[in-house]
Amino acid sequence: MKFLCLDCDEQMGFEERQEPGDGTFAAAFRCPSCGRGVAMLANPMETQLVGSLGVKIGGSTLDGDAMEFVRDAVVTGDTAIEAGAGGPARVRPRWSAEGEARLARVPGFVRGMVKRIYAEWASERGIPEITPAVMDQARSDLGLEGM
Amino acid sequence: MTFRTYNDVAGEDRSRLAEQVGAQRARVAARLHSVRRVVAVLSGKGGVGKSYVAARIARAAAAVSRVGVLDADLRSPTVARLLGAKGPVRLTEDALEPAVTADGIRVMSTDLLLAEGAPLRWREPATERFVWRGAMETGALREFLGDVGWGDLDLLLVDLPPGADGATDLVALVPELAGAVVVTIPSEEARRSVARTMRAASEAGIPLLGVVENMAGYRCGDCGAVGPLFSGDAGAVLAGEFSLPLLARIPFVPDSASASPEDGVDAIVRACLGREVGA
Repeated sequence: MKFLCLDCDEQMGFEERQEPGDGTFAAAFRCPSCGRGVAMLANPMETQLVGSLGVKIGGSTLDGDAMEFVRDAVVTGDTAIEAGAGGPARVRPRWSAEGEARLARVPGFVRGMVKRIYAEWASERGIPEITPAVMDQARSDLGLEGM
Repeated sequence: MTFRTYNDVAGEDRSRLAEQVGAQRARVAARLHSVRRVVAVLSGKGGVGKSYVAARIARAAAAVSRVGVLDADLRSPTVARLLGAKGPVRLTEDALEPAVTADGIRVMSTDLLLAEGAPLRWREPATERFVWRGAMETGALREFLGDVGWGDLDLLLVDLPPGADGATDLVALVPELAGAVVVTIPSEEARRSVARTMRAASEAGIPLLGVVENMAGYRCGDCGAVGPLFSGDAGAVLAGEFSLPLLARIPFVPDSASASPEDGVDAIVRACLGREVGA
């Protein structure tokens, strides 16, 4: 997707992305000539539609872990997959009951994507349990407050 | 008002979605680089014994080559159990290691991932799943191809779900697909259904390697005599209609121990391995 400033006939430059944690996605662009800014605001269904392709909105520079999509998306048996030597070092955080209750307020068809955002943030920091406080910290850390 | 459209604007596409999808395809290609041939087992109709035939091909091929089996029937997986493959499967740094059977066949299936007796369930979305189900299933198939440690194989058999969609999804992910073995039963109803799938597969550019007529009679477990089971000769008719070899006519047997090499499975194996049928 590209954004074109009609007044200047210039492609607008990407400025920042935001995932406010409610399943929506936002990205800001600005015209390099006149400075006019626009925000693309994707609704939860549009956001999920892209996410279901197993791609990351806004681009990805890192290879995903093996079977990342299946492990995130499929309800697997508790003991179906075991960690082998050299397996992903990052822990898979569990959700506290309060965290899950808060997550349940997110529209169902995008909850998985929202859950992944928090889980990845916690996983990268070795946080074993996602609580509302952790979710608040993640929002703050990711610059999503006020969204 | 006139203004430039997407391809008129030469600047970077920040979302890089196409690039990411390309990277997914490249990951599959890299993983399958060590696999000599990928062959699908398909049918237009459920209940023809496609997974049974796939398992017999795998077992026979494993006697002479290195074989893997990918169960692409995500919602109704059976071939892993038929082969005796068991979990848990192990996740290493860059791959999910497949289960390995006593015959040395490397197997991956949702049957190995789901809890006993549980159906395939997606965590999310909770509603409007019909919108995304196809993309989710293709995503899972892509990871089964690209993220499973298949290793060096002469043959990777892909047991597809009934119908043409699985075959067209597969060839989109594996353009170098060597071909497909088609399974039918003798009945006219099966012939009509399987013919539609064969046409769809051909239109998708999938080479059809030959036809297998399963349940072509009933072999007595005591005396070995083969008697009638279904009326019809769908295998021969389909082979003639599509100018393909009728690779085998496999009778129904009361237990797998009654299966015979004379059923023609060797001819299917040769076709899958790319060797001349009859050689």
